[in-house]
Amino acid sequence: MRISTLIYTLQQGVKSIFRNKVFSLATVATITACIFLFGIFYSVMVNFQNIIHQAESGVAVTVFFDQDISDERIQEIGQEISMRAEVSRVVFVSAEQAWADFKDEYLGEYADTFGDDNPLEDDANYEVYLSDVSMQEQLVDYIAGLQGVKEIHKSANVANTLSVANNLVSYVSLAIILILFAVSIFLISNTVAIGISVRREEIAIMKLIGATDFVVRSPFLFEGIILGLVGAAIPLVIIYYIYNKAIGYVIHEFAVLNSILAFLPVEQIFYTLVPIALILGVGIGFLGSAITVRRHLRV
Amino acid sequence: MILLEDVVKTYSSGSPALNGISLNIDAGEFVFIVGDSGSGKSTLIKLLLRELKPTSGHIIVNNTDVTRLRHGRIPKYRRNIGCVFQDFRLLKDRNVYENVAFAQRVVSVPGREIKRNVPQVLSTVGLAEKYSSKPRELSGGEQQRVAVARAIINKPPILLADEPTGNLDPKNSWDIMKLLEKINKNGTTVLVVTHNREIVNAMQKRVITMKKGVILADQEKGEYIDED
Repeated sequence: MRISTLIYTLQQGVKSIFRNKVFSLATVATITACIFLFGIFYSVMVNFQNIIHQAESGVAVTVFFDQDISDERIQEIGQEISMRAEVSRVVFVSAEQAWADFKDEYLGEYADTFGDDNPLEDDANYEVYLSDVSMQEQLVDYIAGLQGVKEIHKSANVANTLSVANNLVSYVSLAIILILFAVSIFLISNTVAIGISVRREEIAIMKLIGATDFVVRSPFLFEGIILGLVGAAIPLVIIYYIYNKAIGYVIHEFAVLNSILAFLPVEQIFYTLVPIALILGVGIGFLGSAITVRRHLRV
Repeated sequence: MILLEDVVKTYSSGSPALNGISLNIDAGEFVFIVGDSGSGKSTLIKLLLRELKPTSGHIIVNNTDVTRLRHGRIPKYRRNIGCVFQDFRLLKDRNVYENVAFAQRVVSVPGREIKRNVPQVLSTVGLAEKYSSKPRELSGGEQQRVAVARAIINKPPILLADEPTGNLDPKNSWDIMKLLEKINKNGTTVLVVTHNREIVNAMQKRVITMKKGVILADQEKGEYIDED
């Protein structure tokens, strides 16, 4: 195909958007609605995952040592645990630190009755934080097998709940995105079908003159891509402006939850949302047009 | 140029629209195809344009076996055939220039050549002055001349005209037929499907008369035959 023909078909795609204003508006509105829903859902999902991730990062396994263990062996155990892929960080808590923390947290002024005694003198430990809580069981099994380890404390319920919640969010997200995508393509397909029926005569003339399928289809595909881009850009702008207001509202109205609600800044959400939404918009526009054009243009 | 051998076309409804048609049209001929509704004229045009495939038989056009043409080769084949229809089939939202240029654009003619060719062909059909008019601003005769200009701009060796005067008054009908004759004299093979008895009888060209899917008569310098 010559460049001049390509430019011509692209121009026809643009012109046909304005020639068929009603259909163009209907298409853009459809894509806008779908991508807006997707954007809102994506923002909620990413924030929810962030909250879960924050909670996960606080889940730790506590490792206690045999009574007669040497300091060198404790260091070796710390190094061996640190090398595990599922471990994000390892914090050593000395017996003195453990007793000081316990006093602060539970005893307060009654701690004086213990004098200089340290009831936790054998309770030096490692707090092992995980990068993926679903790997907790595997990690505990590994640590239990290390020489010098007496006991391991874990919070299986929290880890399991967070792990299940994370998986649930991922599956629900995927399902909703797929449903939105399928609905969008169906709606775009119908809109393009109406557009094609309006231009059936033009298409018939093109075919009779000897235009190839590519030349006939190109303006429709290009039109679909442009409408997809516009339909993706509009909800992005809307979401950009309402996101901060919505977050501000939630923080203000549910101040009691501020310690567990860790919202992401809009820039961080948009870092991934913009390319995904634009690809979705273009994909919906292109696929919707391509499927319909293929179904209707075999002369 | 055009060869049909025992061509049969049967639609799903049952009775054949064409029932064993054989004919040969040489390059440079001017041929009228006449017949009542249902005689098979339109089916013949659709077969030549490869809008339809015959149920049996062979159609050879310009050394191409149309019956064996693959889908991907159809566009290139159609570029050898100009078409004119009773209802003009112009793009109503584009002016005369764009309607004619459209035929070159879709077959990838360079922009410079289009700018040179369109005014030339508009002069040939007598519409050079009206290049910027929209179809609705033209008379029926003028619209048909735009359709003829669009059909010949790619210089096809064959021109098919399906009832080109069906929507025109006698004067405009004659103008169009003279234009088609002029195109034929420049070497293009012209097939005209028509009901216009006066024109057929006056022009003294080859006349193929069809009835119920078969050729009733094929006369050199023929006349319109009343089927009654």
